[in-house]
Amino acid sequence: MQILTSLLAGLVFGLGLILSGMADPAKVLGFLDLAGAWDPSLALVMAGAIAVGLPAFALARRRAVSLIGAPMRLPKARQVDRRLVGGSLLFGIGWGIAGFCPGPALVALGMGLAPALVFVAAMLAGMGLFEAIERRRARERTRPPLRSP
Amino acid sequence: MTIDWQHFTPWSALAGGALIGLAAAMFVLLNGRIAGISGVLGGLLNPTRDDIGWRVAFVAGLVAAPLAYRLFDTLPVPRIDAGTGALVLAGLLVGVGTRYGAGCTSGHGVCGLSRLSPRSLVATLAFMGAGFATVFVARHVVGV
Repeated sequence: MQILTSLLAGLVFGLGLILSGMADPAKVLGFLDLAGAWDPSLALVMAGAIAVGLPAFALARRRAVSLIGAPMRLPKARQVDRRLVGGSLLFGIGWGIAGFCPGPALVALGMGLAPALVFVAAMLAGMGLFEAIERRRARERTRPPLRSP
Repeated sequence: MTIDWQHFTPWSALAGGALIGLAAAMFVLLNGRIAGISGVLGGLLNPTRDDIGWRVAFVAGLVAAPLAYRLFDTLPVPRIDAGTGALVLAGLLVGVGTRYGAGCTSGHGVCGLSRLSPRSLVATLAFMGAGFATVFVARHVVGV
């Protein structure tokens, strides 16, 4: 059941990314180019998403299990630290270079676009690099790696 | 700052955003999880037996979305101006950065802000700021 609902959620997410224009790097960069001819569309994508997400997460927070009985796994991390800010800054630089973030890149991959394949391969390599570094650090400290969702 | 009225698409942006919000809402209310794409993908690199199925299914849904979109409308063709070197560098930064920062535009931006998480607000401001700064430098300082 969870596999089916995941497939459906991924599909609806992808349809939203295409309809909103998020899957088009030129449009994303048009939003990030504040000093040029600025396209504010993506601010409205966030507004639309949060307007629907807000009540859903308010409801989710009050439940211990999901509607189909899966445990509710909301992030517990609270601390604002160097990892959060540093990682987000690196991500933002990459986002600004190509106009791709993870979801839109996967959707563009589904469109059969070769540059999206290059980006996704590099992104997976980056994630693998992170895993490798974390594992090494964990070995050095001889305690299990921290995994935050 | 000048507004690019020619490319401004408020209605499809809002409607597409609402669909993204709906997907995140479905995912948390049905699966009890955050629809953070970097987290879903990252977990695939170090999977446990019982979470590989839903992760693959979510990613498959995203990749299949263009196919489904064509049932309703003509598929827009994205414009990708970055060259191979830039794509590789950008991909590496996005891969490493989203894992260190524990989220991307979906996990922190959509889900985190919807949960009113201060941590996600900081992350979103950081990656948005870095994105604005990077495009500023690339387009108006270096001039590519």
